[in-house]
Amino acid sequence: MTPETIDQIFVITKHWLLGYVPAALQPIVSAILSVVPILLAFPLLFAITTVLERKGLGRIQNRYGPNRVGPLGILQPMADGIKSLTKEDVVPRAADQIVHFLAPILIVIAAFLAYAVLPIGRNMVVVNLNAGLLYFFAIGSMVELAVFMAGWSSHSKYSLLGAMRAVAQMISYEVPLVLASIVVIMAAGSLSTVAIVEAQTGYTYTFPHWFVFTPWGFAGFILFMIAATAESNRSPFDLPEGESEIIAGYYIEYSGFKFALFFLGEYLGMFATSALAITLFLGGWSAPFSWLTWIPSYLWFFAKLLVLIGIFIWIRGTLPRLRMDQLMGMAWKFMLPMTLLNLITAGVWHFMPGGILRWIVCTAMVVVPCILLSRSMKQGKTLQVRTYRYAE
Amino acid sequence: MSQLNAYLLVSALLFSIGLAGALLRRNAILVLIGIELMLNAANLNFIAFWRYGPNPAALTGIMFTIFSITVAAAEAAVGLGIILAVYRHTKSTDISQMNTLKG
Amino acid sequence: MFLVFLILAALTILGTAAAMGLRKPIHCILALTVGLVGLAMLYLLLGAQFVGFTQILVYVGAVAILAVFAIMMTQGGKMNIEPHPEKPSSSTLLAGGAVAGAVFAVIAWAILSNSPSGTTTPAQPSVTVVEIGQALMHKYVLPLEIMALLLTAALIGAVILAMPKEQEKS
Repeated sequence: MTPETIDQIFVITKHWLLGYVPAALQPIVSAILSVVPILLAFPLLFAITTVLERKGLGRIQNRYGPNRVGPLGILQPMADGIKSLTKEDVVPRAADQIVHFLAPILIVIAAFLAYAVLPIGRNMVVVNLNAGLLYFFAIGSMVELAVFMAGWSSHSKYSLLGAMRAVAQMISYEVPLVLASIVVIMAAGSLSTVAIVEAQTGYTYTFPHWFVFTPWGFAGFILFMIAATAESNRSPFDLPEGESEIIAGYYIEYSGFKFALFFLGEYLGMFATSALAITLFLGGWSAPFSWLTWIPSYLWFFAKLLVLIGIFIWIRGTLPRLRMDQLMGMAWKFMLPMTLLNLITAGVWHFMPGGILRWIVCTAMVVVPCILLSRSMKQGKTLQVRTYRYAE
Repeated sequence: MSQLNAYLLVSALLFSIGLAGALLRRNAILVLIGIELMLNAANLNFIAFWRYGPNPAALTGIMFTIFSITVAAAEAAVGLGIILAVYRHTKSTDISQMNTLKG
Repeated sequence: MFLVFLILAALTILGTAAAMGLRKPIHCILALTVGLVGLAMLYLLLGAQFVGFTQILVYVGAVAILAVFAIMMTQGGKMNIEPHPEKPSSSTLLAGGAVAGAVFAVIAWAILSNSPSGTTTPAQPSVTVVEIGQALMHKYVLPLEIMALLLTAALIGAVILAMPKEQEKS
């Protein structure tokens, strides 16, 4: 078993299975064989992530996470699944029945559709679209409509308020998300995710050519991750679903399995944007050093995905929630100018000859506006020692 | 009936549905949506002729459609802004009640 | 392939007909979304990938959400607006339907009577995004710049139109 065989084991298995199918049915069976691993792997990752998140958050908050079900609490997702399947499904009488039913289904469908263009390993992408990145963002914009459907159909003030906040936040942060990925499109010269990963597979002196190791790539990666956190409504941007503000936001009136579907959709969306960040900036399935390429490509992909999920959980446990006006101000006044300046920096990087001067100029072009913009966003407030006033 | 004719018939049907909606609905927003539907029907026409036409390499149909989608989005934004401004004034979106120039 | 076209065309036409026919405005917009997605898939069937995905991104992701927000803000606080108590009178319906039907009949007659010569369908043209980009930058650069100006004007105009006016203190 050479490393190449282990790397391509899934592709070889698929071709071997296709050999047993008559030629007329081959396209359909090929499509099914490509899609079924995704339908199995990512919900499994979702189950693992729920345990990781609860235990990780618990440890950050100086407590144990769930530790009753199974050793160290690893079988907790099974208990959660049984609970959500057996809970009574309460639908408000004044709710719009059809729309109420379709909203969680639409979210899950949109979240699954986004995985079709993500390369999980070498030669392992479901469909290699020429405009793959555009497809991903188009599917992402369908999630907003589903969120609004959920909030509207529940016929409750809190859910409508949560839905409006969530949709406003998601469309505001979609702009920096797309602009931060345009830098990568400029550098790789193609919208196809496979071509973008291929552009990052070279090594110089054992260091990889990932885009995150350039000034514009690093800034783009940070901006993309902030926008991705806001797009999936995760802390610190989870005002629409904040439990202490508006209880559960747009999915208050959902219970049982539909709530679990919303949860699944949100986490799958988080995985999809993390996987896209890995594809665009972190080199997709390529290994970090040239002497590590014997490890299969899909293992590298999932390792990077787990690292990014860990970072999401870490940020959730550490940072406080942003207010709505702070959130929107950051999107339009900080991230949008930064992404546009990042574009100019990437252009300068492309046209300057290689060398240390290019690094200095581009790093300055990224760091100086960041400092200036964040100074202006502070609105003249300086950090002070916290004082308390008590009611007498 | 060739394939091009099938697409053109679908586009004509979409256009007449949009026209019927724009003529018959009383909510101003739905009239705007009818107009958007007519623009979409024209886009389908362009793409169908690009595909089955004599010179697909010139990309004329695709270019026209891209610009048409952009213009339609801009027009929808401004149109909805106008509807909101009128609503703030007259507290209604019923176009049959907006029959005076007063106010 | 013709079966796929029939299914998609039926989905599109049903979605748009429902968009124009349903009573509650929110249901109309959701049916419109179905119709627009069907239309995008028709574009994909015709081989215009870029246009199909742009259609979903712009129409479903922006225009439909704009319309939904506008409906929500123009309902005066009522969540499920009652359908207008007075439906349009049957003579209005008849007149409108007749006009739309006449338009469709004329266009369909024009289509079916002028069949293009040659029954061979040309091969599927393959257009890459690179070619679209180069066409935008070389041949169509003037419309591109004008479109940028148009979008800026529309953005500023929509913000000014929808901004609430300051109340005058009397």
